[in-house]
Amino acid sequence: MFQFLLRRIGLIIPTFIGVTIAAFAFIRVLPGDPVLLMAGERGVTPERHAALMKQFGFDRPIWEQYFDYFFSALQGDLGNSLVTKKPVWDEFFTLFPATLELSICAIIFAVFIGVPAGIYAATRRGSWPDQAIMGTALVGYSMPIFWWGLLLIILFSGTLGWTPVSGRISLLYFFKPVTGFMLIDSLLSGQKGAFSSAVSHLILPTIVLGTIPLAVVARQTRSAMLEVLSEDYVRTARAKGMSPARVVGVHALRNAMIPVITTIGLQVGVLLAGAILTETIFSWPGIGKWMVDSIFRRDYPSVQGGLLMIAVIVMMVNLIVDLLYGLVNPRIRHVR
Amino acid sequence: MALLEIENLTVEFATAGGAFRAVDRLSISLDAGDVLAIVGESGSGKSVAMLAMMGLLPWTATVTADRLKFDGRDLLSLTARQRRQVVGKDIAMIFQEPMSSLNPCFTVGFQLGEALRVHLGMSRAECKARSIELLDLVGIPAPEKRLGAFPHQLSGGMSQRVMIAMAISCNPKLLVADEPTTALDVTIQAQILDLLLNLQRETDMALVLITHDMGVVAETAQRVSVQYAGQKVEEQPVVELFSEPHHPYTAALLAALPERATSRTLPSIPGVVPGQFDRPDGCLFSPRCAHATEQCRTQSPSRAPAGLGLAFCHYPLIKGVPQNHPGKAASA
Repeated sequence: MFQFLLRRIGLIIPTFIGVTIAAFAFIRVLPGDPVLLMAGERGVTPERHAALMKQFGFDRPIWEQYFDYFFSALQGDLGNSLVTKKPVWDEFFTLFPATLELSICAIIFAVFIGVPAGIYAATRRGSWPDQAIMGTALVGYSMPIFWWGLLLIILFSGTLGWTPVSGRISLLYFFKPVTGFMLIDSLLSGQKGAFSSAVSHLILPTIVLGTIPLAVVARQTRSAMLEVLSEDYVRTARAKGMSPARVVGVHALRNAMIPVITTIGLQVGVLLAGAILTETIFSWPGIGKWMVDSIFRRDYPSVQGGLLMIAVIVMMVNLIVDLLYGLVNPRIRHVR
Repeated sequence: MALLEIENLTVEFATAGGAFRAVDRLSISLDAGDVLAIVGESGSGKSVAMLAMMGLLPWTATVTADRLKFDGRDLLSLTARQRRQVVGKDIAMIFQEPMSSLNPCFTVGFQLGEALRVHLGMSRAECKARSIELLDLVGIPAPEKRLGAFPHQLSGGMSQRVMIAMAISCNPKLLVADEPTTALDVTIQAQILDLLLNLQRETDMALVLITHDMGVVAETAQRVSVQYAGQKVEEQPVVELFSEPHHPYTAALLAALPERATSRTLPSIPGVVPGQFDRPDGCLFSPRCAHATEQCRTQSPSRAPAGLGLAFCHYPLIKGVPQNHPGKAASA
């Protein structure tokens, strides 16, 4: 187990270096620079432009800038935003809870609907509910997030008027963030209606962000379940006189969840990518929207830092998922 | 009254190429304490017949029978829930592959205790005590330590012992052992068979042993039913079957035993069991039978009387000679 952990961490190092290079290069490949964009339509004289670039340190050789960024990043210093002048680290963690809250809700939505749907489809293989579920999953998987988000806003916010269009909570409520999670903070504030307002703001973004993971989880659960249901030990369970619910829900499910958990881990990366689009559509003040804004402003430190942090989070989540694996799969746990 | 009565059990599988009859009008009768061996090559429908009796076949199978009674209860008319109270409690089954028949995600203790809790309503402590007792009974050393073990930590023989412990946990009246020793090595095979027979004698449960190993049959069974392509072709007490087989298939199986070989090469039965698309008309064994005639190839045989081992043959053998056989009659 310890060796396994070491090997996994060993793999993370090259990935980390790769991500720093990619993040650093990506934003500089885009045309334009922060000074030009800050100046806006008024423009800026070449002399003033050169002076500002020098002030920010962008006139130095590119490799020098990279190593400066890399070694500061190793020390936890991601630099200051060019726009707000605040440390990128602080900005990230002010906004991160909003993204985390949305992502957690989306993954819960995906798992709690996807897993039962997959099980149901597997136990009725070939029937029309199976085909309906798998067909819907395929549509959900293929649906572009921005399009799906707009459709839902038009129906539920526009036509039906059931849910708000954007933001995390109604403007009528104001309280100091304690945890950064709106659902918890609204409860802590004790203000009447705050919690239900937060919930209603969360519903549509959760659905939009959770749709692709939901489709993937449902399909993966179905195929894993189908494979497991033909195993000998499932027949043993039936030969013991266990009810179909128990055979599927206990004996088969535990085994079927092993590949599904890996899939869920991989979906975290998809989720953070999806969060960028979802947050932009719903004006959700999380890191996704912040990243988009930073890219448009060519805010080099923010983009570099943000990408790096997202990559590190995805790597960490996958590491945790690999460790969780052992909890479900005794065959891995006992390998020495 | 017989413990298990099966009359004209037929199992058909719906396949893309049409219905496939895996078990064809099979009848078996079994009393409490009987040991019946069902023998036959792979594909003879031995396991399918027993799985059908227990209701464990997938939905693609159609099971019909004139009579399917266990312990006075008609298994066919029971609801699924009622049937589950019989299966696993009064009828238990162990399988060919012990390693894959245990669930890799649960401990031995959990899998053992499950049936006890569901069928007998035992408490956690009772389950544990009974599980230790059962593991001890099947000859597993240090049983209290094994309760927490996962199947991958057990050897094949150990796994089969656990399977047996699980099967006998609710004191079944009938135990079906589907090739319980095929996947094990020879020394372990003998141990497992001894264990099964000892348990059978001690508890007086009936035992159905599905096998294709005639050696196993000779050592264990009281009665033998020979099955071929889903049909019962012969049934006799074990001693009589070995000394005087009445069906050419049985005779050929016995002739293939190494102990009986007279020449340097072991005699074998040419061909394979007919499948879905090469099922012959008439007697199903006719394409592989040394004595087959035109009548065999066109007409299905009728069943010989009990004195001739219920042989399903036009020309049942007596002392190796087919009776009323046109070829033999001409030469005589």
